[in-house]
Amino acid sequence: MLAYIVRRIGYGVLVLLGVNLATFILFFTVNTPDDMARLNIGGKRVTQEQITKWRVERGYDKPLYWNSGQQGSDQLTDTIFWERSVSLFKLDFGRADSESAGDIGHQVATRMVASLQLALPLFALQVIVSTLFALMLVMFRHTRLDFWGVVLCVLMLSISSLFYIIVGQFVFSKMLRLAPISGYAPGLDSVKFLLLPIALSLLARLGGEARLYRAMFLEETSKDYVRTARAKGLSEPEVLRRHVLRNALIPIITSAGSYLPYVFLGSLVFESFFGIPGLGAYVIDAISGQDFAIVRTMVFLGSVLYIATYIVIDIAYTWADPRVRLA
Amino acid sequence: MKPGEIGERRSPLQFERQGTRELVAEDFVYAIKRHATTRITTPIYGIFSEYVIGLKAYGDLIKAEDAKLRQGLDPASLDKPFLDFRRWPLAGASAPDKHTLRIRIAGKYPQWKYWMAMTFLAPVPWEADAFYAQPGMAANAMSLDIWPVGTGPYMMAEYVQDRRHVLKRNPNYRGVAYPCEGTPADRAAGLLADCGKPTPFIDTLVFQIEKEAVPLKAKFRQGYLDVPQIERTDDGVEFQVDMQDSESVKREYTEKGFKFPSTVDLSSWFVGFNMLDPVIGRGDTPEQQAKNRKMRQALSIAIDWEEFVRIFPKKGGEPAMGPLPAGLFGSRHGTVEGANPVTHVVQDGKAVRRPLADAKRLIAEAGYPEGRDARTGQPLVLNYDFYGQATPERKAEFDWMIKQFAKIGVQLEIRATDNNQFQDKVRKGKHQIFWSGWLADYPDAENFLFLLYGPNAKSRSDGENTSNYENPAFDKLYAQLKLLDDGPEKQKVIDEMVRIAQEDAPWTFGYFPYASGAYQPWLHNAKPSIMVRDTGRYYRVDSAERARLQGEWNRPVWWPMILIGLVLIAGIAWGRHAFRRRERLNARGEVVA
Repeated sequence: MLAYIVRRIGYGVLVLLGVNLATFILFFTVNTPDDMARLNIGGKRVTQEQITKWRVERGYDKPLYWNSGQQGSDQLTDTIFWERSVSLFKLDFGRADSESAGDIGHQVATRMVASLQLALPLFALQVIVSTLFALMLVMFRHTRLDFWGVVLCVLMLSISSLFYIIVGQFVFSKMLRLAPISGYAPGLDSVKFLLLPIALSLLARLGGEARLYRAMFLEETSKDYVRTARAKGLSEPEVLRRHVLRNALIPIITSAGSYLPYVFLGSLVFESFFGIPGLGAYVIDAISGQDFAIVRTMVFLGSVLYIATYIVIDIAYTWADPRVRLA
Repeated sequence: MKPGEIGERRSPLQFERQGTRELVAEDFVYAIKRHATTRITTPIYGIFSEYVIGLKAYGDLIKAEDAKLRQGLDPASLDKPFLDFRRWPLAGASAPDKHTLRIRIAGKYPQWKYWMAMTFLAPVPWEADAFYAQPGMAANAMSLDIWPVGTGPYMMAEYVQDRRHVLKRNPNYRGVAYPCEGTPADRAAGLLADCGKPTPFIDTLVFQIEKEAVPLKAKFRQGYLDVPQIERTDDGVEFQVDMQDSESVKREYTEKGFKFPSTVDLSSWFVGFNMLDPVIGRGDTPEQQAKNRKMRQALSIAIDWEEFVRIFPKKGGEPAMGPLPAGLFGSRHGTVEGANPVTHVVQDGKAVRRPLADAKRLIAEAGYPEGRDARTGQPLVLNYDFYGQATPERKAEFDWMIKQFAKIGVQLEIRATDNNQFQDKVRKGKHQIFWSGWLADYPDAENFLFLLYGPNAKSRSDGENTSNYENPAFDKLYAQLKLLDDGPEKQKVIDEMVRIAQEDAPWTFGYFPYASGAYQPWLHNAKPSIMVRDTGRYYRVDSAERARLQGEWNRPVWWPMILIGLVLIAGIAWGRHAFRRRERLNARGEVVA
């Protein structure tokens, strides 16, 4: 297994290099360092001298990919792309491009707490509620409850998460006045602010997840070992819990695991709409403010988390199904 | 402090020792000198260096001294050695004694008084500058930008980026008295009731950062925000539009007693023509210049701004007849003399937009009868460069603008771009027709008319004249205007400049927007203004009334949740029953015991 993990990490590094290059090319196709400087300095009467100073201070005064003014390997290394990439792989995220945004590492560490407060309970609840809902539908399979349950799932997954947010805020915050419409407070005070986004986010994902899990469970219920379990006299809940659930774990792990990076990176939409100062909101602000330093850091961290998550998922397969061997 | 000594401290309040001292004239001198460094973003250095004696040379000196100080250091390093401006005197700014400030200006510059009232001349204590120059400060986001040091009514107590800023009453504040003078309308509105009382009235100002408009508005309606956005003056317009759109909203706002006082803002929105453009611009030959001018005049008549402000109420305002909004010395806005003779005629003492026939005549004289080239018969197609998100509201504005041009047969192509591309086009002079606006820096006609001053042309000298308009007569008058005090002579010069601008029509003068604040009934002394930015210190809050109304407006409604709970319990009970029944079914579908 160790060789497998080492190999996967090796592939991961290549993926990171590719993602870094793609982010760089895409960003600088749309923006030039001068554009970034103008936007960040902002206001009226921006002079070329101020722009030049801004670029020098942030290291954007060099050529993007190739420095023909240098000799030898410096032609490659004395460029924005090289310097930014090397610092990123050393996990030195540096400062944000905007004047007041400060140290990115500190911001990531601080904001991750807010993101985790939203995403961790959501992740756990999502797995539990989706699984229970799917199991219930399977238990009542081929009945009206199952039929209408599936219809509900399709309906729920067809609706955009923005709709859940807008309707949820309108009903629970404006009409019923049961929860704050947005905001955040650190520590335990955060509970009252997080309840609504967690509930709405759960609803937004429940349809898709439950329908997928139901299909997995149904596939298992038609297998011989399930028939054997029933023939032994086990009750339906016992069959579902001890046999079907266990054997359907692999797709569940894949589906739930793929959500793990968001647990750390936060939700772009929910954080923005509910005023939660997490990493999702950080990315949205960075994109609108053309803050390349933050954008590339967050894309890089996202890629690292994806790669790490899929390695963990692969390892989890061996736990869920002893027949799986990683080689 | 040595490198690394700062640790995890991210606020000056986390340091053991705090201190204060008396404000002295040297602090102002230091602030003026500080404009000379490129270390800080100082948009006004260009103007200051033209007037403050010796500031231009001082800038070169500081640049050289800064280079010496930073020799061998990484230019991208956040830590920069302290640049102590006290070491180098500036001829134009000095402090003969502790309480006397002497600023020497080259020539006459009446607008200087406005700059002195703005943040650009806020005093800077050298100790604060030295404090923030210590290693690790910038990396830990500690600077004068975020943690200012001054003599104002409030001081920063908490700064959480993108979430919350808290200002606390400055215990050492000198206590400026609440004003006793105002307009009759101010008196009638009770805005002078606190005359002579020491400000500020509020101990703590809490700013919550709201990124989305929907929660922002909802929180105001629920009473959780005293003011939606303290720095903006257009919130009230939106709330008033909501009231016009819905009777129930109008009832709610009226019952809750929300206040939306309005005034015409010292800002202007317009559609500009790039004068470097061969079709719509100045033109190369006198004949071409006359033709192009007629085309711009025709379009200025065709674009019906009276209709615009009527059908786009969120952009509410008063149609402009020239570049100067009301409230400035020299502006004739709202008077018969102020009517734009190119676009309007005076009928029964009112300015009425000229008939479309006039615009059609002018476009024909410009060589495009019915909007077609008289020589080739090809339709005249003009390009409208616009940046920003294409929201449904904007789409309606684009459609309206296309319709205005179509009235005289001209086709308008919308070239929607992002800000970067738009700015790039403007710098290269490749734009043709564009939407633009100006928020006054200070209440002087000069601050609007300089937008049409030739040497300020954007595409040539990166100034603020985005139209690249250049007229020697106008420029000559502008040079005079800069030196004139308010009086008949200045009025004459302004009138002549406005007349030239109206005649040349480098802009189709759009509208002067309304400034309208949104305030809770318990918030007193609130008046929208883009000039007065320290409104917070005049506010007075009736906190008992606030608590009472917040409670009244936000009583939770629990019964739907109880109903949902009961339905869930009933559903679970039914499910349990159905499941048990199913478990007892035999192969023939009969329930067995």
